[in-house]
Amino acid sequence: MTQRGENPKGKKPSPEDAGNGGSAGASAGAGLGGIATAEWLTNTGDASDVVLSSRVRLARNLAGHVFVHRASKEDRERALQTCRDWILAANVCDRIMWVDLHESPPIERNLLVERHLISKQHAKGKPATSGGNAGASGGTGAGGGVAMPAAEEPRAVAVSIPDERLSIMVNEEDHIRVQMLRAGLSLADCWRVASDIDDKLESGLDYAFSKKLGYLTACPTNVGTGMRMSVMLHLPALKVTGEIEKVKRAATDMNLAVRGFYGEGSDAVGDLYQISNQTTLGKPEGAVLADLQDSIIPEVIRYERHARNTLLSKRRAALEDQVFRALGALTHARLIAADESMQLLSLVRLGVVLGLIPDLSVQTVNMLFLLVQPAHLQRVLGKELDQEHRRTGRAAMIRERLK
Amino acid sequence: MKCDNCDKEATVHDTVLREGAWVEVHCCEACAAKLGLSGPGPTLNELLTNFVMPQLTGEKARPRVAKTKSPTCTNCGFSFEQFRQAGLLGCPDCYVAFESLLLPLLERAHEGAAQHIGKIPRRLAESGPAKSELETARLLAAKREQLERERVLRRQLEDAVKTEQYELAAKLRDQLQHLSQSSPSKAGSSKTDT
Repeated sequence: MTQRGENPKGKKPSPEDAGNGGSAGASAGAGLGGIATAEWLTNTGDASDVVLSSRVRLARNLAGHVFVHRASKEDRERALQTCRDWILAANVCDRIMWVDLHESPPIERNLLVERHLISKQHAKGKPATSGGNAGASGGTGAGGGVAMPAAEEPRAVAVSIPDERLSIMVNEEDHIRVQMLRAGLSLADCWRVASDIDDKLESGLDYAFSKKLGYLTACPTNVGTGMRMSVMLHLPALKVTGEIEKVKRAATDMNLAVRGFYGEGSDAVGDLYQISNQTTLGKPEGAVLADLQDSIIPEVIRYERHARNTLLSKRRAALEDQVFRALGALTHARLIAADESMQLLSLVRLGVVLGLIPDLSVQTVNMLFLLVQPAHLQRVLGKELDQEHRRTGRAAMIRERLK
Repeated sequence: MKCDNCDKEATVHDTVLREGAWVEVHCCEACAAKLGLSGPGPTLNELLTNFVMPQLTGEKARPRVAKTKSPTCTNCGFSFEQFRQAGLLGCPDCYVAFESLLLPLLERAHEGAAQHIGKIPRRLAESGPAKSELETARLLAAKREQLERERVLRRQLEDAVKTEQYELAAKLRDQLQHLSQSSPSKAGSSKTDT
């Protein structure tokens, strides 16, 4: 397979720079397929009873190029080549894996989505907006040809391996989206590293930037810092007590977005919520960080812990009943869908962090949140399955892991 | 009406951005082509491909939006109307081309802000004519960030005192002192604030 490898086609960066010493790390299956290598899954980090992971992403575009949705195939290829050459040469991490998504099979792309390394939109690809190809970069003139399937639009992702902390999407909505993902509450760390990597990229790429509006992005809702900070929170007790609605309202009042496990438009399955900033203009990154990391998120954590303690002291029998019913269902079910598993796992996770289920680790539960997803399940079972067979396979896999 | 540039009849009417202001332009087709303006009104086919079935079309040549009120980016040919439909701008220059129209949208999306404060590319920070302005913006950003941190710490300190967590309170007080000592502009308002 040519779509992945530390040693991509095209110009070769110097081996020591890209850390591409020809290791077998990126051979199919080993790079990401090593499932349990991502740092945010293997470590727990600060406040891990409530916080699964922290993420910072920066949106950047190349000056002198039209934005991705307007670019012809040739324009996209050119932008991709420019970004690839520099990303692999810029020494952004020890080892990096490059995946050309337009050449990857759907299941590989879905695996990356489930691991939060690319967006759903990036997995699907997006065709050029009507009237595209009138290039600022002296575009190639009328594309005029047959419309290309979205999945074949030139685009890629670079991922740091084996930790998977860093991912750089190329030709998503913006030319470059740098993402740092870490376990627990670690926004400050994510921001520091993401900004360093951004500096390295900027030293070789000409970013579209204006003094007035900052980093220029395809969507005006990202212009300015181009930065989105988000924290993935497990809030089962607030859900049970109904106080989650208060948190959502308060977050909206503070111009924060509350989303589900897989970001925009996704439901909060498994009581997992992402809270992120929405404002990117007029507020420096450090202030957004201070607000979230030092003030808002700790407040939500306190609130969730308080709700958990209340459940424990006032409704212990009911809580234990729910937790152990969930564990019972997971350890005995013969057919189970992803969403149902997530909901049951949420209760089991609550039981684990409250010490009700002593012989199970929180990492095992976190890992199962991921392994019950369709692409991961099929990877673990080693074959492609239809929905019906996935349900039986999933139930068996969960029973095995919770034994 | 005569063409702005020659004696022929003007058939192309457009609005373009010149030195930050919108100017009406009337040209004959030949001059319009030279100036890179859009041609005469869209044909039925163009109307269909540009507006009616945008999702079905492949890559089509530059959109023709003459005679429409919607301003167009001279760099990439994207019109404000197309931006409205797509929710995405065509190129970085669209921000200049649609500046006045985007401003209210930006203010709504960003809590009233219309000026970037925050990180700037190092290259710009280290050289170029804009250095001093950017430096000021950077200092402002740092100052604001510091004030924000102080505000948060003060609130945590008050909470700690209220809940009699004196050890935590002492730690927070030290952090606050440390922060005001390492201030980027010590003589600034951080002292008068407290």
